[in-house]
Amino acid sequence: MQATGTSDNSIEVEGLQRKFKNGPLAVAGIDLRVKPGEIYGFLGPNGAGKSTTVHMLTTLLPPSGGSARVAGHDIVREGPAVRAVIGAALQEAALDPHLTAREHMRLQTALHGLPRGERARRGDALIERVGLSDAADRKVGGYSGGMRRRLDLALALVHSPRVLFLDEPTTGLDPQSRAALWDEVARLAREDGVTVFLTTQYLEEADHLAERVGIIDDGKIVAEGTPAELKAEIGRSSVEAEPVEPEQAGGVLRVLERFGEPVPGADGNVAVRLEGGPECLTDVIRALDGEDLRVANLQLHAPSLDDVFLEKTGRHLEGAGEEPGTDEHEPAEAPA
Amino acid sequence: MSAAAAALAGSPLPTQVGSLAGRSLMRTLRQPAMIVPSIVFPLFLLAVNSAGLDAATNIPGFPTDSYLTFALAFPFVQGALFATMNCGQSLAEDIENGFFNRLALTPMRGSALIAGQLGGLVAIGLLQATVYLTVGLLAGGEMASGVLGVPVLFALSIMVSIGFGGIGMFMAIRTGSGETVQGTFPLLFVLLFFSSISLPRDLIEQEWFRTVATINPVSYLIEGIRSLFVVGWDAEALGLAFGIATALIALSISVAAISLRNRLVRT
Repeated sequence: MQATGTSDNSIEVEGLQRKFKNGPLAVAGIDLRVKPGEIYGFLGPNGAGKSTTVHMLTTLLPPSGGSARVAGHDIVREGPAVRAVIGAALQEAALDPHLTAREHMRLQTALHGLPRGERARRGDALIERVGLSDAADRKVGGYSGGMRRRLDLALALVHSPRVLFLDEPTTGLDPQSRAALWDEVARLAREDGVTVFLTTQYLEEADHLAERVGIIDDGKIVAEGTPAELKAEIGRSSVEAEPVEPEQAGGVLRVLERFGEPVPGADGNVAVRLEGGPECLTDVIRALDGEDLRVANLQLHAPSLDDVFLEKTGRHLEGAGEEPGTDEHEPAEAPA
Repeated sequence: MSAAAAALAGSPLPTQVGSLAGRSLMRTLRQPAMIVPSIVFPLFLLAVNSAGLDAATNIPGFPTDSYLTFALAFPFVQGALFATMNCGQSLAEDIENGFFNRLALTPMRGSALIAGQLGGLVAIGLLQATVYLTVGLLAGGEMASGVLGVPVLFALSIMVSIGFGGIGMFMAIRTGSGETVQGTFPLLFVLLFFSSISLPRDLIEQEWFRTVATINPVSYLIEGIRSLFVVGWDAEALGLAFGIATALIALSISVAAISLRNRLVRT
């Protein structure tokens, strides 16, 4: 599962652990490698250990065990050197509601030691880059969630970091703001060669943005690879049916079992992993029709990262069903 | 110097302090709810006390015939108590909303954060002191130490503000909670009322009250400030006030700095 460690990696993590007082291991010995310029998606439900990992890698939280290097610097022994080459936008947009975007930039550029003459230029350029020029002199307290996130991202870029940590950057954003942020993150990696370590609980986000994904659950990485590789591990599509009459669920399941082994479905639904691939969907419909079983909805699921999560942990990723378009559903007509 | 090298080195300490102090001042000035009460309430209490307790000047041995002049020290110390809350609360907000982590990810020194917060506090303290003094004198108060007493008065009241501000910072850093900081305000206020704020200590009739006021260091801060209005140049009162203010600063800033080191657990 893990790449071999090389000094060329932007992030190298070996057996990283964090235990909180009187609690279980929040991060239970993870290993991972992220290459320069790569967007690495760290996917997992709430409480899986994503933010704790980010806090350790950004030097804000000392690890309880293991080691990690960011841009070649040890996160414990070389904290200042790590901080000099990283940018971070943590879970909540860390902004002062009483300051304007330009004042935030002024403070951030000054603290990072940019020469006085460059501060305003750098701040204005970043504000423009994230599309906040028109709002640059307005107090941040009046910003929308998307504007706050964009400013947070811009502030993380003040000192031209080589590695960028984004902790659930699009949580709570509307689809338009989310898409705008994705574009900006993709551009950073593509055009500026910035390595991006992105935590998310959104399948679509990991699928859309990340070149490789690590899936974390209960502090352990349970799967890692490109989204395509991970889905290929699961291999087969599944079909999920919602019976019109709930008491017919048993009958519907018996028909579906002819086409594959059962897998968990949504409440009241029955689902099987298709042995014959998506092309046998028409046979499924005919079989249900032949048994006079009526279904209100029949969906073909191409393998998704949620299926990978389900396969590895036995449960769905929290919120997976809440995200519009997060599953690769292909609705099919229900039989009459 | 490359951006990364600049980021590693960070800016010089004075730049960091100046930037953080500017931010502290700006955010305070933009919250009238933090400024107005700290100016209005002390003046309101000054007006009520000087009107209601004027007869106290008839007590034999009372050091002045103007209770307003006697009570003018009160707003300076009460304003400093407000500084405790304002300074602590803004820092607690930074911790609560994650801004503190943003600062921690820069090459900011812990000492710059403390000095920056206090820098903003000093500016607000100067504004408060100017208003208290102007209103007090316009209302008929007297300044026995004359014009030369003004900078001494400002220096002492700023030192008292810094000392109490350090307590607010300590509470904020230790608890990370604005509510806790607010909760300490009434406790500190008790210190003000169990002091020689209303009467000179030797004229307090109740022995237990006199004892409490004598061991209460706030009494000496008040008496130092009051001496500039009532006596002129009282070396003993001023020496005690500056000494206690210095000790308060040393103690509160030390515990704030130790707490900051624990809170700022950067590797």
